[in-house]
Amino acid sequence: MTEQSDSLNLESVQKRLAQATGKSYWRSLDELFSTAGFQEFLHREFPRQAAEWIDDDGRRNFLKIMGASLALAGLTGCVKQPVEYVMPYVEEPEKLLAGKPVFYASGYPVAGLVSPILVETHDFRPTKVEGNPEHPASLGATDVPTQASVLGLYDPDRLQAVTYLDEARSYSSFMLSFLTALSQQRASAGAGICILTETVTSPTLGAQMQEVLKQFPAAKWYQWDGQGHGRRSGAELAFGQYVNPVYKFDQADVVFSIDGNFLGSGPGTVRYARDFASRRVLRGGVTTQSRFYAVEASPTSTGSKSDHRLPLKPSQIPVFTRALAAAVSGGQASGEVSTSKFFQAAVKDLLAAKGKSIVIAGEDQSAEIHALVHFMNQALENHGKTVLLTAPLEQKATDQYADLKALVADLNGGKVDLLLIIGGNPVFTAPAEFNLRGNFQKAKTRVRLGLYEDETAEVCQWRIPETHPFEQWSDGPAYDGTMSIMQPLIAPLYGGKSAHNMLAAFTDTPEKPDYLLVREYWQSKHTGADFEAWWKRAVHDGFVKGSAAAEVTATAKMPAAEAAVAGSAMEVSFHTDPYVLDGRYANNAWLQELPRPVTRLTWDNAVVMSEKTARDLDLKDEDRVELAVNGRSVWGSVWRVPGQPDGTVGVSLGYGRTRAGRAGTGAGFNANLLRSASSPTFATGVKLKNLGEKFPLAAVQHHFLMEGRAPVREGTLAEYIKDPLFVQKETETPPAGLTILPSDWQYKGYAWGMAIDLTACNGCNACVVACQAENNIAVVGKGQVLNTREMHWLRIDRYYSGDAANPRAHFQPVGCQHCENAPCEIVCPVAATVHDAEGLNNMVYNRCVGTRYCSNNCPYKVRRFNFLLYTDWDTESLKLQRNPDVTVRSRGVMEKCSFCVQRINYAKIMAEKEDRRVKDGEVITACQATCPADAIAFGDLNDPESKVSKWKREQLNYSLLGELNTRPRVTYLAEIRNPNPAVGEES
Amino acid sequence: MGVRQVWPPRVEISDTLESARQYVMSQIFKPSSNATARMSIILTVVIAGVLGGALFELIADSNYATRQNNIREQPIAFSHAHHVGSMGIECRYCHTGVENSQHALVPPTKTCMNCHSQIWVNSPTLEPVRESYRTNQSIKWQKVHDLPDYVYFNHSIHINKGVGCETCHGRVDTMPLMYQYSNLEMRWCLNCHRNPEQYVRPREFITKMGYEPAEPQEILGPKLVKEYNIQKLETCSTCHR
Repeated sequence: MTEQSDSLNLESVQKRLAQATGKSYWRSLDELFSTAGFQEFLHREFPRQAAEWIDDDGRRNFLKIMGASLALAGLTGCVKQPVEYVMPYVEEPEKLLAGKPVFYASGYPVAGLVSPILVETHDFRPTKVEGNPEHPASLGATDVPTQASVLGLYDPDRLQAVTYLDEARSYSSFMLSFLTALSQQRASAGAGICILTETVTSPTLGAQMQEVLKQFPAAKWYQWDGQGHGRRSGAELAFGQYVNPVYKFDQADVVFSIDGNFLGSGPGTVRYARDFASRRVLRGGVTTQSRFYAVEASPTSTGSKSDHRLPLKPSQIPVFTRALAAAVSGGQASGEVSTSKFFQAAVKDLLAAKGKSIVIAGEDQSAEIHALVHFMNQALENHGKTVLLTAPLEQKATDQYADLKALVADLNGGKVDLLLIIGGNPVFTAPAEFNLRGNFQKAKTRVRLGLYEDETAEVCQWRIPETHPFEQWSDGPAYDGTMSIMQPLIAPLYGGKSAHNMLAAFTDTPEKPDYLLVREYWQSKHTGADFEAWWKRAVHDGFVKGSAAAEVTATAKMPAAEAAVAGSAMEVSFHTDPYVLDGRYANNAWLQELPRPVTRLTWDNAVVMSEKTARDLDLKDEDRVELAVNGRSVWGSVWRVPGQPDGTVGVSLGYGRTRAGRAGTGAGFNANLLRSASSPTFATGVKLKNLGEKFPLAAVQHHFLMEGRAPVREGTLAEYIKDPLFVQKETETPPAGLTILPSDWQYKGYAWGMAIDLTACNGCNACVVACQAENNIAVVGKGQVLNTREMHWLRIDRYYSGDAANPRAHFQPVGCQHCENAPCEIVCPVAATVHDAEGLNNMVYNRCVGTRYCSNNCPYKVRRFNFLLYTDWDTESLKLQRNPDVTVRSRGVMEKCSFCVQRINYAKIMAEKEDRRVKDGEVITACQATCPADAIAFGDLNDPESKVSKWKREQLNYSLLGELNTRPRVTYLAEIRNPNPAVGEES
Repeated sequence: MGVRQVWPPRVEISDTLESARQYVMSQIFKPSSNATARMSIILTVVIAGVLGGALFELIADSNYATRQNNIREQPIAFSHAHHVGSMGIECRYCHTGVENSQHALVPPTKTCMNCHSQIWVNSPTLEPVRESYRTNQSIKWQKVHDLPDYVYFNHSIHINKGVGCETCHGRVDTMPLMYQYSNLEMRWCLNCHRNPEQYVRPREFITKMGYEPAEPQEILGPKLVKEYNIQKLETCSTCHR
């Protein structure tokens, strides 16, 4: 994107930073180095090439069409509204009141663990997902994939019909052929049957599987998911049995993460983010904070929240972890890694906080690291206090790599007559050496139950559409084992079948509906006479209260030292993408367009490397490179990210899908091709070859620059204790009388406002997806993101400060600030954006003529313009998702955050009908509701007891660009960290 | 690299044009004609603009555009005059959502069949109702009161604040076929939102047709506005979002 001048390099910038007085913040390496290209970008009004017409229709054709449109433009005002129809029910369903949303409790499985949710339905159409506030794993919040699940339900690319060799068939004809095949297997007790599933955690499905294996004792059941392998096998390695670790971050004074992303994805992430934040925020006079050390092979949002972060080459992580394990268990740490101040300070802190600390390993890390972590937690006396060990959540915990090996051996031995693949996408997610694409074809009959016609379906003869989790009955555990009962929210859109239906086909009652299967399972567990009431309660609540997995006692042993992998000059580490995971959500456009917290990339993964590595290899951003390991190679684009260890590249998995659908196919490259089963987390001996061409990456990094005005205010706990008002001294505050409102104006009714605690925010982006779902925000696609035209009403800015090689990152969610002195309002020539009596900055779409003056005059750059018709008006299934309480915008109008005015109005109407004021907590904006870290408060500023009023009275409260006298209704609480003075500036 | 000039085309004066200058014609138009010509052009534009604007206003305000007083063709010639006026069925018997939902709701077929499975069971007029009930297919009514999609109107709050059905929908008890009583323009909405005291009535008379205030509206109105805590909501976000 930009050229660097030769005189600039990391060292000179580090020197410059060291000499600079005061705090300095930067958003990208280009900005820090102040390169010529960046300066040009900064001063250009529009991105380069924005003026060029690159659409398929040529310029001439465009002018022709425009001419015709102009000639007819005046007539649009004369068009009468089309006639609309009312289609009442013949017999109204019970408890439905059309026009009022109904919330149903259910669950959404993400990699086997069920996110407890409440689904907002309008006339039985699911439109929005909220967390289940009563469930311990949610407390009202959700993670990113769960928030985006509702788009997956209406995905028009879902498999829509039963097919056999690409020809449409009926489900009954499949059943006929399937049952025939089964009866042929009966003689051999099912020796030719092989069932491949994802990790099965649903107890009903587990019981069904046992029933299948009882009927066909010789049948094989294998599991492959690619997620959680290290966690499972690590526990087995340490304890000699499978256990499930549950962490209590609210009890931990010291947290040490080894290449983990527990705030961003993985089991329990929602609850962990809440608990972790609860020990970090300094509201209500709190002056203590937990301390957080992170070691990372590639920067994550979790590492960005740490007090001290150490980038380590992936081959060094086992070495470091062993040294740490030795040091905290009373042994002597040896090796170079143990000499750093970081290491010694961390060990000291951990030992001082015995029973009140947590060591946690990343989901992508190997079994050895997980085993070492268990050993350390035991040595630190954390088991039973901050780390609970429970019975495994899997119905049958196994080493899934061993499962795959056994499956391939069976296939090669010609033992598989009937291969049934339920869910997952093993052809894409399994390491390349298993060659599942080729090996699957050795099975005579291949049946695939899946949501999509994906890479796995491609090699199967029978393809059966699977039901989305919102279309079926099921059950499953959350991270702590609390069982959710999942009820369907809509009839299957494409007549799909669930995994329960599929396994029922093996039994005497092949057509038994999943409702009865789930209900009967629970009836067998809850045998009391009150079952009916109990069952109704469980379905209503969405989960079985007090069903958390039982704690187990187990003793961890130090795992035997494995032969250390020798490091190499260039290494690659593999990371599960926090949004599309292993590629299973690749066709979800909301997730594709959601900027990754650290890289700020959309629609692609990249070859992430540090500035120094890029300079050493003479590579620049967006250079296309070939990445080769052990004779296998892929190509990707270079993306420089500070904090990536030198001599390594980080790549995320889940990209490069070839048969995902219209959103996911062709996005990014498939790093999975480089992985091997023996070392799935990293590879050494990587060769990088510059292919000499550019491949553009759609990053939102430079967009909407804040011109170095230090919008994020932060400090250390020590600074805060010394001077609690230090954030107030950073800029001048304009005098109170300077306002464009009439001087006697008062907000007599409600005065809505928001406060965001930057200490709590971990940049996970769940709020951005929630906003997108709630407010019908369109997806624009990679090309438009490159033109800086993304439509998100809320964005999370990421700033850096400190050492350029290993900086601290800061996250700041920015939506419309609802300024009292709003610069946008005074420049609108048609009064399309105006203030209302409660202090909201209204956007009136029907008045907007698209001058974009408001956007020009907005200092926060939060207004979004529909340059083109971004909303999909044609795809029928997507229409069902839209929130009927929010206007679906068309081309040529401005839009922006409305403070979820539809929710405000709903609450106000409810309160008015009871002749009372809206109570605090009755209006919850979409972003606030879904925030796992509870970083957002919203409410009435005229109520001094409201949560938001209390937050705004905190000493850390400040206005973004308050010196401009815009008087924003959104304010921020400055970010405070708790670094260890013993480490100093080292990391 | 040389570029061929395409635009503007080069103009060359031909010999024929030169020779034409030799002919001299007598003057037909006076110098003041220029001013007259200019004025007539300007006036034409102004008059066309004014006429066009007036015409637009006329059309936009006409019953044709607003559909005020237009009777819609419905699958069944349902008479509110008969059911409400003669039989005295209360509005809320059918429009069940009006107190709690944003929609008043058109009743399900079942509501019709509550009575019509007993009376007029063989009436040919009611065949579409019976057919709907038999086939489980909705009756497709034309929407009579149809607000634009960017307007979010909520029935329940208006009912709860003392705006009677009659105030917006007119004397439904006298309408053999349903029509749109009000023009539903934004200024019509604002008229009441600005002056609610002129329109509100006690809650117990919400559904009463032909309501007459017990005391003069000038006295009763402000009293009710105070009692029901009625606000004058005029900001955009009240109805548009």
